[in-house]
Amino acid sequence: MLKPNDTKGKLIVVEGIDGSGKSTQIDLLYKWLLSKGYSVYFSEWNSSALVKSTTKVAKKTQSFTPATFSILHCTDFADRWENSIYPLLKAGVIVLADRYAFTAFARDVARGNDPQWVRDMYSFAIKPDAALYFRVPLEIAVERITGSRAKLKYYEAGMDLGLSDSYEDSFKLFQGKILGEYDKMVDEFGLTMIDGTLQVKTQQKKVRALIRRILEGFEGLPNPDKQPIAVDNPRAKASKKGAK
Amino acid sequence: MANTGFYGAGFPYRDFGKLSGKLIVLEGTDGVGRSTQVALLRHWLEEEGYAVADTGLTRSELTGPGLDAAKSGHTLGPITMSLFYAADFADRLENKIIPALQAGFIVLSDRYFYSMIARDSVRGVEKSWSRALYGIALRPHLILYLQASVPSLVQRLIHGRGLNYWESGMDLHLADNFYDSFVTYQTAIIKELEELAREYNFVNINADRDPMEIFEDLKRPIRLLLHNRLLKSARPY
Repeated sequence: MLKPNDTKGKLIVVEGIDGSGKSTQIDLLYKWLLSKGYSVYFSEWNSSALVKSTTKVAKKTQSFTPATFSILHCTDFADRWENSIYPLLKAGVIVLADRYAFTAFARDVARGNDPQWVRDMYSFAIKPDAALYFRVPLEIAVERITGSRAKLKYYEAGMDLGLSDSYEDSFKLFQGKILGEYDKMVDEFGLTMIDGTLQVKTQQKKVRALIRRILEGFEGLPNPDKQPIAVDNPRAKASKKGAK
Repeated sequence: MANTGFYGAGFPYRDFGKLSGKLIVLEGTDGVGRSTQVALLRHWLEEEGYAVADTGLTRSELTGPGLDAAKSGHTLGPITMSLFYAADFADRLENKIIPALQAGFIVLSDRYFYSMIARDSVRGVEKSWSRALYGIALRPHLILYLQASVPSLVQRLIHGRGLNYWESGMDLHLADNFYDSFVTYQTAIIKELEELAREYNFVNINADRDPMEIFEDLKRPIRLLLHNRLLKSARPY
């Protein structure tokens, strides 16, 4: 299971299926916290430079199996965890994560991996101080995604599961499975549910009220110039050079 | 029935059916002569009429290039490194080893996940975490452990391919030179492997000897495993 937060920092994560509006909310939260003079760091799912080269090839050749898909996403997370998230939390930074281990618990299990195995894999990570779950009915989320974006990608649509030959139908079925896994986690991990069908502003008000409570009496690392943390994993960049 | 024969849950989304082949693992630390023995065993088994496939660590098409890049820059944290290897392991297991076993091959694996647990443990990764991660692993039919002393490894490597950065554990900053680092690092690795040997029932083979003597010792448990299915040697021993 996830470890208790023993650092000076605060960890806040957003979760939800594609099209739940969580990225919009965390972006607003990030700007607000920065304007308040906190040291804030933002980390995004599946963004480690080192792992990207591998996942890119595997996605292109569609050579992931549910297990390798799961392990490589955890590798990406671990790289961000070891090189930035954890050290920054230790330093007293507020770390915001757009998707966290719960995304893996939902997606990887929807793909057929063993729930306990996936949970154990992420057990080196900390239980967030706030885990905000943006819940929207399946139809609305699917509408938001298929309406706004050109084309669904193979793994995004869950085509590897063989649920349907149609990308759109497969996406709906896959997202439905993921939604089911998220709902199960609300009690298991104490996720805070936020109604993602409300107006953006209304949702943000709720988010800020919640975060305000969490930050009561929190000092953290001072940030008098209200500057974002620019350091984005310099070690990964160094290794890219080394690879050439 | 998809889960039988695995250390943990295996790959619950797939039913592999009956695996008629045999998985034989050669374990042992760096420089112990595993690849020499794999080559000898392969030749011998093929002569005996068996279809043999061999596999080793970091040979997967999926993660091979990424791992090489990571190693050349040595920027990975221990958990990240561990997971990278695990992805590679899973890929080879699902896409190479298990299909070969389904087809009735004898699969000779040059190391298995035990080496990875040993290496990670020395780098501070929790053992319970590693063990759970490798719940996907298939239980081998036979794990042959090449047991060597550090002085014999040093002798073999210095007169062979030399001491290298990773095999000396230089990333751990144990010493300011390859030799001292190698001795400290390999002593720690061997200690971990000995512990795993007890836990996972390795067959210990004394590797501080001539390669042909080691080879003869390795053949014995393999003959027992395959008993009277060998074409040439009528009986075990």
